[in-house]
Amino acid sequence: MTSRFLAALFTTVVAFTGTTAASRPQGDAARGAQIYERCIACHALKRNRTGPKHCGIFGRRAGGVAGFDYSDAMAASGTVWDSESLDRFLEAPMDAVPGTSMGYDGVKVPQDRADLIAYLQSATADSPLCR
Amino acid sequence: MFDLDKPSFLSAKLGRRQALQRAAHLTLSGAAVALLAGKDALAADHSAMKGSAEQDVRILNTALGAEQEAVAAYQAGAECGLLRKPTLGLAVQFQGHHKEHADALAATVSKLGGTPVAPKRDYGFPVSSLKSEKDVLQFAAGLEKGAVSAYLGAVPIFADRELAKVAASILGDEAMHWAVLRYALGENPVPSAFVS
Ligand code: HEC
Repeated sequence: MTSRFLAALFTTVVAFTGTTAASRPQGDAARGAQIYERCIACHALKRNRTGPKHCGIFGRRAGGVAGFDYSDAMAASGTVWDSESLDRFLEAPMDAVPGTSMGYDGVKVPQDRADLIAYLQSATADSPLCR
Repeated sequence: MFDLDKPSFLSAKLGRRQALQRAAHLTLSGAAVALLAGKDALAADHSAMKGSAEQDVRILNTALGAEQEAVAAYQAGAECGLLRKPTLGLAVQFQGHHKEHADALAATVSKLGGTPVAPKRDYGFPVSSLKSEKDVLQFAAGLEKGAVSAYLGAVPIFADRELAKVAASILGDEAMHWAVLRYALGENPVPSAFVS
């Protein structure tokens, strides 16, 4: 009896944590545009500044903007930017890519990251944001 | 630096405070000097923990690059001919602060054995989209707000807590710039209790 209950409980817990890990919060690009104001000391969507431009980032490999002088760590990271890799990087850049020159603690609130990522995803090379 | 026109929105009282302002400026420079004077000890500490010193130098150099761009941005703002007298004075004063930040950061990078990044020749500012004084002030306010966030993001990650203190000291200055620019724009100068 007890062991059946525990087994059921175990299955429920696994199922539950399984879904939370897989489903990051839904992102809101409009809110992400506001969060992006935290980045504009160094970044712009359309031009390289202290940090690389962000237009067309989805699907691009890390360190992939021509003409930007990346750290060796970023250039060699082998990452391709998607929702998952951006979520990991933006939470704690210096842990995700040790040696990165992006000296920034990270965006700690998962919803803020999801919004920011939705905004970055909307900035495709041919989007109005990037033309 | 101190023949600045008094920003009218800060009331005429400011004129009587010029002497005080001058004293405050001296204190600031004094603080910058003290920050750097402490760097011999810092440099010694750092040689004992090389990896984190390299990381601190990277963080400082990235901040330096952003400060150099801010200096150039205020230059472009001052030269575009859209700023009138009171706000032009602000732009020149704030540019001076960014220069002081850049000098302090570059000197610290050198003390720690790094090579300070050089300013870029062209930052490609979107000058053609700036058509009024308001546009210029909004552009500057955005950069200052971003600078506050950038330093907030740097404070927790310095291995050396003294450097975190330097970053916090600069953060305070950028936040004042941001507030004054918002005020000049007719916006609530301090829109929230926390910055992010
Ligand atoms: C203090 C300056 C600074 C701030 C603030 C900053 N970044 Fe960066 N960012 C950089 C630098 C420098 C790099 C290049 C890193 C390297 O080469 O290691 C970078 C790289 C990146 C990359 C990798 C891009 C590529 O082409 O591979 C992403 C994504 C990114 N930043 C997103 C952000 C976002 C989003 C924010 C705001 C939450 C932000 N950054 C805030 C300086 C900054």
